[in-house]
Amino acid sequence: MGLALLAVIWIITFVSTYFFIWHPWWLPAGASAAAAAIDHQFNNTYIAMGIVFVLAQCCLGLFVWQYRDRGSNSAPVSYSHGNTTMEIVWTVLTAVLFVGLNLMGSQIWAAERFDPAGPSALPVEVTGMQFAWYFRYAGPDGKFGLTNPKLMDPSSGSEAAIGLDTSDPAAKDDVVTGTMFLPVNRQVDLTLRAVDVIHSFFVPNMRFKQDAVPGLAIHMHFTPTQIGDYEIACAELCGLGHYKMHGMLKVVSQEDFDKWMAAREAEKQ
Amino acid sequence: MATSEVVHAHAAPQGFIRKYIFSLDHKVIGIQYFFLALTAVWVGMILSLFMRIHLIWPNADIPLIGHIQPETYLSLLTMHGTIMVFFVLTTAPQGGFGNYFLPIQIGAPDMAFPVLNMLSFWTTFVAFVIMLAAFFVTGGAPLHGWTGYPPLSAVQSTGPGEGLGADLWITSIAIFCAASLMGALNFITTTLDLRAKGMTLMRMPLTVWSWLITAILGLLAFGVLLSAGILMLMDRNLGTSFFLPVIVVNGQLMAHKGGSPLLWQHLFWFFGHPEVYIAILPGMGVASQVLSTFSRKPIFGYRAMVYAMLAIGFLGFMVWGHHMFMSGMSPYSAFAFSLLTMAIGVPSAIKTFNWLGTIHGGRVRFYTPMLFAIGFVSLFVSGGLSGPFLAQPALDIPLHDTYFVVGHFHLIMGVAAIFGIFAATYYWFPKMFGRMMNEGMGKVHFWLTFIGTYAIFMPMHYLGMAGHPRRYSQLTELAYLHPLIPVQRFMTYAAFVTIGAQLIFVVNLFWSMFKGQKAADNPWDATTLEWTTATPPPHDNFGGHTPVVTHGPYEYGVPGAARDFIMQNDPTPSTAH
Amino acid sequence: MSTVAPNFAVKDPRAGDAGGGAPPSFGGGGDGDSGGNGGFDYGERLRRARLGLVLGLTAVIMLFVGFTSALLVRKGLPSFDAQTNTYSRDWVAINLPWTLLLVNTAVLLFSSLTMEFARRGIARQAALAPVKSIPGVTLGDEKPFPWLGSTVILGLGFLAGQLLVWRILHERHFFVNTGPSSSFAYLLFATHALHLAGGVIALLYAASTSWLLHKPVEAQRIVVDITAWYWHFMALLWIYILVLLMIVR
Repeated sequence: MGLALLAVIWIITFVSTYFFIWHPWWLPAGASAAAAAIDHQFNNTYIAMGIVFVLAQCCLGLFVWQYRDRGSNSAPVSYSHGNTTMEIVWTVLTAVLFVGLNLMGSQIWAAERFDPAGPSALPVEVTGMQFAWYFRYAGPDGKFGLTNPKLMDPSSGSEAAIGLDTSDPAAKDDVVTGTMFLPVNRQVDLTLRAVDVIHSFFVPNMRFKQDAVPGLAIHMHFTPTQIGDYEIACAELCGLGHYKMHGMLKVVSQEDFDKWMAAREAEKQ
Repeated sequence: MATSEVVHAHAAPQGFIRKYIFSLDHKVIGIQYFFLALTAVWVGMILSLFMRIHLIWPNADIPLIGHIQPETYLSLLTMHGTIMVFFVLTTAPQGGFGNYFLPIQIGAPDMAFPVLNMLSFWTTFVAFVIMLAAFFVTGGAPLHGWTGYPPLSAVQSTGPGEGLGADLWITSIAIFCAASLMGALNFITTTLDLRAKGMTLMRMPLTVWSWLITAILGLLAFGVLLSAGILMLMDRNLGTSFFLPVIVVNGQLMAHKGGSPLLWQHLFWFFGHPEVYIAILPGMGVASQVLSTFSRKPIFGYRAMVYAMLAIGFLGFMVWGHHMFMSGMSPYSAFAFSLLTMAIGVPSAIKTFNWLGTIHGGRVRFYTPMLFAIGFVSLFVSGGLSGPFLAQPALDIPLHDTYFVVGHFHLIMGVAAIFGIFAATYYWFPKMFGRMMNEGMGKVHFWLTFIGTYAIFMPMHYLGMAGHPRRYSQLTELAYLHPLIPVQRFMTYAAFVTIGAQLIFVVNLFWSMFKGQKAADNPWDATTLEWTTATPPPHDNFGGHTPVVTHGPYEYGVPGAARDFIMQNDPTPSTAH
Repeated sequence: MSTVAPNFAVKDPRAGDAGGGAPPSFGGGGDGDSGGNGGFDYGERLRRARLGLVLGLTAVIMLFVGFTSALLVRKGLPSFDAQTNTYSRDWVAINLPWTLLLVNTAVLLFSSLTMEFARRGIARQAALAPVKSIPGVTLGDEKPFPWLGSTVILGLGFLAGQLLVWRILHERHFFVNTGPSSSFAYLLFATHALHLAGGVIALLYAASTSWLLHKPVEAQRIVVDITAWYWHFMALLWIYILVLLMIVR
């Protein structure tokens, strides 16, 4: 039985580890400025945890086999209530490992979240509602117009869905779309809002996630660095349509973005 | 045996109702809790079976249920989580085994407040009935997840099931809070006040420590959950705006304003994080107990184990924000919570090292309880090590609300804690029912469950890393999920096998109760006080002879002793280190 | 009752706090017997009941900690107003009938006084019970003042006063959903009142233990003692609630 336990524990350990190394299913390709640092920290963590995982499981398997009761052939039990020195040693080592990992990761968190977006960032407002995402661009005046919950009409889509108050002059040039376009290599200053329940704006390739909470307008930023199409998923349970509340982020060249914006502005006339 | 003669505090009851229904005997109440939890776990498992079937075959017609709609999937998910966390993990380890064995392990004839004990069980039972009733009302069970975030949970029109079903859900939880508080009060008073002579705090078995600390956590945490539940009932039914800002639901502007959805999250998780330690600490106590018994060695580092559990309990109240890194909470708070969360990993690691240290140098006997205790350690390591990923907010950005989290908490709560319950069942069954469980069936149950649960929950980590969000009723809409469906299919097949294997356990349990081999008073040659008394124990636990404790709880393999174990009330002098 | 014990000292240096948590001698057998009542140690049971009460009150405190933190957060919280694109605070203070509240407070504090007299009265009776069982011995004062009954009446008076507060708030157009300050006021008052009503029921039970259930006076004393401390806690909790509502006004 001891041998069986050792075998099964070791096999489970090695199979799991194998998948972590071979990774047929893994973090998707990073396409934002933050991705490299996050992925690097991820690697550090999973190597450290991986080593601990393998060592702990292999020790467990080894010990239950090595110290199995062999009847009269067994050595006497080594009666002991513990070893204070070892306790101190492995407590300190564990603390250093965990706190160290945490402090390394904290630097990335600080870089991503402690400071607001830069002055040349593109402001985009993201509004989540059951069960769609809308994106608003401020237009040439650079200001977002007012919205009014009383004017919201989700069934008509676009401007009315987010309750754009067209009597506000700043709202006249706002562009509301169901697909998000961003220019590559430019920081975007997102304002996240939600109309009804909590949603979460999640773009795996951008290593970006942020809850959109009713009653709050949350500012967050990221910088896309690769041109391409990226799926947006909702990452906070929002009702029966949560699984199909997805959108599309298209990262294009600055040129293409300007052309697209111009076309949208033209449509509004 | 060192004992002192004593007068019975109350005589054994007569009559079926006083003996088995409204019994004041902690042993009967413990068994009642156990069977409540057993019922609840089967309800919870069936719900998860339907969930797994729906994910792979979304258009299937299931017998008795029909076609599962997306909202039904979410109701299954909500009730699965709620029933498992509350009515299984907060009930069986503490209310079940704690109730049965705490008094006996400390040498007491019953709990401090037997009437309160009986009330706490029946209140839990009422809460369970109300929870199940949510399935049968108009609109069905709520779909907002066991975490119940508003506004989804606080407004009746956000989805099917958010009407009466959600009100019943909150009411059930509120009643459960009251029941838990009653139980916690009883456990703490009993442990502090009813210990037999010689049973000092540092001679208590680690199971007793775990029940004590769990009770303290419960005493402090459930009151806050109750407050949150009351506020939510008010928002839902009285038009208040504790959690609700201005919102437009289904095109309708609601009358609420100014409230904060984050307030619920703070209150809920202030309870929720200690709750998960409530779920695991008794399992840790049982693991220590069983590993020591079947390695024939004292637990390695008893004091460190006690301090580690105290540290886990204490720090457990300071880390709730790690569930909220993405919530819109201040990033500076996130940094603080993250540091404390990493800190709580340290005592958990100490316990793991000490479990390994207990086996090291021992003479391991592979009875079924020991297999589950060994499995507990393996699963605790696996589930625990995904914690440091989630504890770092920068890594939580890709991983939050994905299957990575689902894998993490299932390995720890849904498997390791359950293994603690299994270990306790196989270990204490002989004492409770006077018969042995079948070893062969026990071993088959262990192997299928151990391998099966790894097969179900380990792949979830890969899915999470690939960005697979959780709580998705269907995997058909997002293109990047399509390559992950084969993994989900594998998990579903593993779930079929694993859930089926639990039938072996149920058959073994009931068959052994009536036909199992009769058990001796101390079939495992164990040292703690429950093994000194008759099997099953008499009404006052010790037949009028309260034990006097002279030894620590894990005196196995003492050099020079007559046998390879010394019981806690053995009158020969202790040759302590 | 003899005690079989090892006749040598048992040294266990690992027993850190030897005797930590008084090792109870179960059910009498000569130790700590308050005498005269079937071997029960009422002193021990009283201590145990008081410990249970302290723990129960801890849970009640945590309930109000939850409410308090919700109140403080909600008071300070700005909410995003989409119509002006800014964050604004919407706290409008409730207009509480302070005079009536102070009268109610006086009633409650007075009831704590009567409760305390009841508690001490029955403690004395319990202490003297063994003496009373000696044939031929009587101690005057056979009809003590009904402090317990007075407390019940004052408690009910307080609850009636709270209903009046509720009515006045309605007249002033402050309903439970009028705004956050109202919601919290109603919540705190109602939760306190419910807990106090529970205390009144406990008092009625305590009163009934003597003439209805014929329990020995020592057992009654435990019920009255626990209810008394609970009652005093309710008074303190009330003062806390008033101060809190005053601060956040």
